[in-house]
Amino acid sequence: MAELSFVIPMSVMTLFWGIIGGVVPWFVPKGPNRGVIVTMLVLTAVCCYLFWLIAILAQLNPLFGPTLKNDTIWYMYYHWP
Amino acid sequence: MGSVFRSEEMCLVQLFLQSGSAYDCISELGEMGLVEFRDLNPSVNSFQRRFVSEIKRCEEMERILGYLLREIRKANIAVPEDDEICPVAPPPKHVLEIMEQLQRLEVELSEVARNKEKLQRNLLELTEYTHMLRITRTFVHSRSRNKALGPQYEEFQSIESDSAGCTGMQRLGAKLGFVSGLIHRVKVEAFERMLWRVCKGYTILSYAELGESLADLDTGEISTNVVFLISFWGDQIGQKVQKICDCYHCHLYPHPENDEERADVMDSLRTRIQDLNNVLHRTEEYLRQVLQKASESAFTWVVQVKKMKAIYHILNLCSFDVTNKCLIAEVWCPVNDLTNLRGALEEGSRKGDATVPSFVNRIPSNDTPPTLLRTNKFTSGFQSIVEAYGVGDYREVSPAPYTIITFPFLFAVMFGDLGHGMVMACFALWMVLTEKSHKRKRSDNEIWTMFFEGRYIILMMGLFSVYTGLIYNDCFSKSLNIFGSGWSVRAMFTDQQWTNETLQTNTLLILDPNVSGVFVGPYPFGIDPIWNMAVNRLSFLNSYKMKMSVIIGVMHMSFGVVLSVFNHLHFKQRFNIYLLFLPELLFLLCLFGYLVFMIIYKWLAFGARDSRLAPSILIHFINMFLMQGGDNTPLYPGQTGLQVFLVVVALLCVPVLLIGKPVYLYWLHRGGKSLRLRRGYERVRRVSEDDMSQAPAYADDEEEGFDDLMTSRDTQPKEVKTATVHTSHINI
Repeated sequence: MAELSFVIPMSVMTLFWGIIGGVVPWFVPKGPNRGVIVTMLVLTAVCCYLFWLIAILAQLNPLFGPTLKNDTIWYMYYHWP
Repeated sequence: MGSVFRSEEMCLVQLFLQSGSAYDCISELGEMGLVEFRDLNPSVNSFQRRFVSEIKRCEEMERILGYLLREIRKANIAVPEDDEICPVAPPPKHVLEIMEQLQRLEVELSEVARNKEKLQRNLLELTEYTHMLRITRTFVHSRSRNKALGPQYEEFQSIESDSAGCTGMQRLGAKLGFVSGLIHRVKVEAFERMLWRVCKGYTILSYAELGESLADLDTGEISTNVVFLISFWGDQIGQKVQKICDCYHCHLYPHPENDEERADVMDSLRTRIQDLNNVLHRTEEYLRQVLQKASESAFTWVVQVKKMKAIYHILNLCSFDVTNKCLIAEVWCPVNDLTNLRGALEEGSRKGDATVPSFVNRIPSNDTPPTLLRTNKFTSGFQSIVEAYGVGDYREVSPAPYTIITFPFLFAVMFGDLGHGMVMACFALWMVLTEKSHKRKRSDNEIWTMFFEGRYIILMMGLFSVYTGLIYNDCFSKSLNIFGSGWSVRAMFTDQQWTNETLQTNTLLILDPNVSGVFVGPYPFGIDPIWNMAVNRLSFLNSYKMKMSVIIGVMHMSFGVVLSVFNHLHFKQRFNIYLLFLPELLFLLCLFGYLVFMIIYKWLAFGARDSRLAPSILIHFINMFLMQGGDNTPLYPGQTGLQVFLVVVALLCVPVLLIGKPVYLYWLHRGGKSLRLRRGYERVRRVSEDDMSQAPAYADDEEEGFDDLMTSRDTQPKEVKTATVHTSHINI
């Protein structure tokens, strides 16, 4: 978990959704729709962050790898880094 | 703002309206849309109410307007392009004027329409006559040309050369007669056969098809007609022929004797047709003018008559007081709008020129007020979806603002395609940007109306689907490789796991994350694109999606349960927190919250190295309920003990949930601080004190049976219900 390839996305996404869910609601102008907008922002941030987090946690420690066909492997050997 | 979180506070208000200005006051209230009227005459039949005659008048006007609008639409006159046709209901004195105008218009229109029909019928007859004359001319001339062909025409000398009539026939003592006319194309063969059978060859039928098709005015269909000419001799045959023609609904026209007569008739017909066409043209112009003038105000009138009818319906709900000068109405009004209500009444009294102003009187009430949740065009779609599950109680926490996000989000979790999501979002965006013109058009297509009403919902669903599509890495079922895959095939080769020979001998090979360099790290945003090309893609994705839906579902349900706390606090039922909320939350978290914990723990603690030892969460979960140890390796030390504890706690919550609240309420109702035997008058006094302090709500109920208490358990708030529904959808 100390790998850079995990820390950078983690911090970027947490910061991004944290700003949307925690900072932006304070700047919503007062009006009849303030309650709805704040609710929407917080819920969006929570739902989207959670969804992304589950996706990355599920792939953090894979128990098995992908099974590929041999022609796919041959192609990827030459064309993928 | 409180009004989004829970429904608004309402109060019962009595309106005292002076009879003269009652109509205007109610018109003002209707324009603002503030209040809900209660029916003060529930026992009165709707035909015996006070303003029935006015309502009948309105319906008569609606009938005439409906006829008018149909005629306007038939003449293809355009609707006036006002942005909002919103006239106020007319005062009663104008109503008679409108009624008069409408009746006059109706009479005029029906007269003009009748005249037009007569003229058209006339025109049709004349046209048919002309055609008939033209075609029978060719028969006669062709006959004369065929004279040389055969003996059968010997007796029939050419008619035009015979000025004194048919002398040949006169020699035989019979007169040649002709019957000519038009008949439908489909009936011609039957007609011919009938003629042959009845007249036994004493008639000759010649016919030719009419080039153009004419519209039949009675049925309105366009049919091809055939012009025929029957020549016969003898009077009796003539009568038979007439009868047969009548039977077949032919249009008969007199046949001219000779060519000059034919030419004369044709000339006169031509001039008549021209005249008729002129007159018809003028009539149609006049009709169009009348309709055009009417269409300017017709749509305004429609709205006005509707509003009038509504006002009279409301007036029927009010009751007259003893002096018959004042109308009393009972309405539910939001507390925040009381000033607006007073303003509306003042305005109405002013418009109605009332001597005494109408006023408002707030009265206390024990009835449950109606639930009011104000919505704008964005939130109204979501509110109607929530109301499909049931309208909330008065002042209950409303789940609608949360559904604005959770409904589309859960849809997107199930949909999850970047490309299709973008298509959906663009479609919804188009609908939103052009909503003004669509609202005006008001289409009849139900499916389109359904999509249009839900345009904001579809937009949210599309936008969230784009996001979930990015995470699932699914764009039209293909994956995008934006950041570079975390799996490297080359590493398998460099580490000597695979060689070209392994590639040639095996069709399928699995990458081993244990080999260094094969798995570099998790894909930073979403699912790694390599899985799209993998054969065992579904094994990975299924496990991922199942676990994801469990986590999201449990969190959603807990959120719903937590929302109920606000209800309990608001309605000052603290006991609900201990008897309902706490057991529910404990049950949910001890079992399914623990499942979520196990899922996340397994993701973090078990890797490729110990993949052989990684236990199945499903088996663990099942064993937890059966309280079996099993052969499974534990996830963490001390797991069995913890699991037993959690199951026991959850099981203990069940009886509390089922009978805790009814028992408590029953005990309260019995008035006991503790269970003691009755001891005479002291006990009685203390009972009454206890009753008043602890159970004010039961003042009205006499004897509350135990069964009532069992059935009156609080139903779960709607958030929990919708969350459970959605989780089941995801799992399916």
